Formats: sequence, structure tokens, C-alpha cells
Amino acid sequence: MFRNQYDSDVTVWSPQGRLHQVEYAMEAVKLGTATVGLKNRDVAVLVALSKPSSELSASQRKIIPIDDHLGISIAGITADARVISRYLRSECLSYKHSYGSAYPVSRLITNLGNKMQTTTQRYDRRPYGVGLLVGGYDEKGPHIYQVTPSATFYNCKANSIGSRSQSARTYLERNLDKFLNSSNEQLICDGIQAIHGSLPTDELQSNNEDAPQLNITIAIVGKDQPFKILNELETKKYLSMAKLKGTPAEPSRPDDDEASTSRPDQADSGPRDPEVAVATEEL
Amino acid sequence: MSSLGFEQFPDYQVPGVSHADFSPYESNGGSIVAIAGEDFVVIAADTRLSSGYNIHTRTQSKLFPLSNKTVLASTGCWCDTLSLTGLMKVRMQSYEHTHLKTMTTDAVAQMLSITMYNRRFFPYYVSNILAGIDKDGKGVVFSYDPIGHCERATYRAGGTAGSLLQPVLDNQIGYKNMNLNGEEPPVLTKERAVAVASDTFISAAERDIYTGDSVLINIITADGIETKELQLRQD
Repeated sequence: MFRNQYDSDVTVWSPQGRLHQVEYAMEAVKLGTATVGLKNRDVAVLVALSKPSSELSASQRKIIPIDDHLGISIAGITADARVISRYLRSECLSYKHSYGSAYPVSRLITNLGNKMQTTTQRYDRRPYGVGLLVGGYDEKGPHIYQVTPSATFYNCKANSIGSRSQSARTYLERNLDKFLNSSNEQLICDGIQAIHGSLPTDELQSNNEDAPQLNITIAIVGKDQPFKILNELETKKYLSMAKLKGTPAEPSRPDDDEASTSRPDQADSGPRDPEVAVATEEL
Repeated sequence: MSSLGFEQFPDYQVPGVSHADFSPYESNGGSIVAIAGEDFVVIAADTRLSSGYNIHTRTQSKLFPLSNKTVLASTGCWCDTLSLTGLMKVRMQSYEHTHLKTMTTDAVAQMLSITMYNRRFFPYYVSNILAGIDKDGKGVVFSYDPIGHCERATYRAGGTAGSLLQPVLDNQIGYKNMNLNGEEPPVLTKERAVAVASDTFISAAERDIYTGDSVLINIITADGIETKELQLRQD
């Protein structure tokens, strides 16, 4: 990642056909702590890791309820996430008032995508520096969507975004087949185990059960289940259930960041356009 | 129709011209009653919607639970009722998102007053009574006029039979115009409140043609909302 003359403005194309400012915005997502989303036949689950910025302050809210049938978990610039969640809430409320039913998830995300796109094509705006994992339920069943600052959105069976999320994604890919028919409890445990890989290495090695620093937030939405963030008691219950059930995930190694998974060794090939590993996995 | 309608100026009438008056309002009838006690409140509304001498339906509830401790009873023009309660629900959910808590009954009461006054020059033609448990756990009743004037009370009747029911409540709940011989009136129990509310509706159904069919009663306490239904005269 280095500066070049085509990256100062979002309205400037690089000769390779890339918008660098948009790609730089995607980097902001990787600065946020990891979050995981997965679904079975009936429910969608979001699990988020939140780290307080200092010992003195509380950690940021990673999971934001939007409506009874939908919630989001964020990674990146929290202030941008707040604006987006206000917009999503207002859209859902307005739809419910006008049509008497819940805003279908895919349409809401398309709506959001269209709104986010304008920020990538105007000289006086900048892209939103936040990635979202949307967990929702509507007539078509449970959904997990990933929304990126480039205004692209992906319908996912499961996904993970944020810092050190590659190990979570690997866990999800390996266990994808069993999610569909999982029970809700097993699904939550899988989510917790997936996100275990995204803990910083020193946290992982200490088996201290009441490690106060990192907080895990879990939310669930689905059939007969309005969007709900689990309270402390319920979260503890699932954390211990996950501990009993599975093998602990392999500790994440320093080069586990997605930035390194597809980027060839830069030092040898001389100056070239930075290749950002945009989440382009076909899922 | 209106007082300045051209029916009153025969000189201006031209033969062959048909003049139709459109009134945006219609009275769909119905009555509502609310009685507050120490730690509970009873709110009741009949279930008949009518239009002139015709009945639209016998089974429409006029009670709108806005939260698990606040219920709005709304009667008058049904389209305005639907619009107003829809708006209130949206505003309350918006509040919950921003403030992460349910609106208190007093806050809802104030918001309803403001919302109705915003339409000062094209009013919601509704007779509202809001009942709920306030932040101190006490039962409370707020009554409104069509432009949002809000008054806190212990008991109130509204709707087409409002003027028939209010004096009964004054006497039976307020112990007005009764000779108590200096004794303290007994504390209002939930059972008595429900009984008085039911009896007033039975009386209203006798005399008011727009009230009848059945009455839905909501008993609101700190534990939630309990519903009772009582059949009335269907004529």
C-alpha cells in the first residue's frame, strides 16, 4: 500500500481501472475488531468481539438493532456506522408504517447499497468507512449480508469481517456444510468458536475464564425470534457451552491478516498498484 | 352543509347546477371509558363501528396498546384514529431506538398532545383517552380534545355516549353529589373499577345507538395488560 498520484480523490481512476480511495476505505474495516455472521434454516446469528479502547472506557457497541427482523454488526468507523444505522432504522420504520410489514432484507440492503454508492462518485463526499454484517429474517428465511464501503453487498451463507477475521472465515468455510441443519444453540457455539481465532494471540493462550478485557456480544434473529442481543447471563451460558463443545481454534498467526493472503511479495516486483484483498470470495 | 353554503343564498342558486359537498370527516361512533386506581388503570371501549344508521362492523377494537404499560383508546373518525395511532407507534419506536428505553406514559401523553396540535387547522376528529402506569407505578388517565388539549384525571368517558357516561363515573368513582356523612370514600379496587366500567357501557348501549355489540376492557398493571370482553346489546 503506497501513495501514488491517482489516490487523492475518489473521483479519479487509476490507469489500472481502480478507485484507490474506495479501496483505502475498505482498509478501515480491517481496523475494527472481528465480527462473525452465520445462519441455519431458521435463524441468523451475529457474534462480535469488542475491545475497549482503554481500561478506563467501555467498549463500543458492535451490534446495533435496526428493527424486529434485522440487526447489524459493524467493523470500522463507528460514527459512520451510527449514521448508516439511523438511516436503516428510519427506512424500516417508514416501510412498516406505509405497508404494514417488515422491510424485506434484500431490498433494504439494495437500498443501502444505492445510497452508499453516491459517496463513491461525488467529489464532495467520501465513502463510509465501515463494513457491516447484516443478520435478518423475512419471508424468504434468514439472511446474512456483508456490506462494504465500496457499496457492494454480498449475500452470504456465513462471513466474517474485521481485524484477524481470516481465521474466522477459514473456520466458517471448513464447517459450512453443517450450519444449515444446526440447532440454534449449536449455531451460536459455532459462531463463538469461529471468532475465537480472531482473538489476539496473548488472549488466546491465557485460559483465564474471566478475562475482563475482550467482550463477546451475541445476537440472534429468526423465525419466532425478533432481533435480540443476548444479555450477560445468556452470553456466559453460550460461552461455556462453546468451551465444552469444540476444539479451540488454532491461535492466529501474525500473517493471518487477509491483506497477506493474496498479496504477492512486494519487495521484489518493484512499484506497482497495491493489490487490496477485497472480499471477493464467491460464497 | 356549511353555514355559509349557498343553500342559504337563494338568489345565487342557478337551476340545473348540482352541488355536492364533500366533508372530510365522518363520525364512526363508539364510546370509551378509563378509570385509574392506585396501582392499576382500567380502560374500556366498545367494538362497534358505524356510519350513520349503518353498522360497518361489530368487532373492531378501539384500544391501541402503545407499550406494555400504556393503552390509547381512540374514537370518532376511524381514518383519523388509524392515522394517529400509526404515527404514535412510529414515533415511539423511534424513541426506543434513540433512548434505549420505552417511553413513559407521561411522555406519551405529552407527545400525543403535540402531535394533535400540529394539526390545529385540520384537526384529527378523534376523542382520545390515554391510560397507563406512570413512572411512580400509579395508574393515570389523560383525556384529550380534538386539537390536543390534554388533561390528567382519575376517570374519564369519551365518544358518542361520553356525556351519558361521565356523570355516572362522577357519581360512582368520584362520589360526587353523594352524602357520605363525612366518611372517607373506600379505596378503589380493580374489581370495582371493572364493574363500574362494564355497567356504564351496558347503560350506554341502552340509549346511544352508536354504542353496543361488545366492550373490550384492558386492565393495566405493572405486570402487563389483561383483557376482558363483555357482550352488549346488538341493536
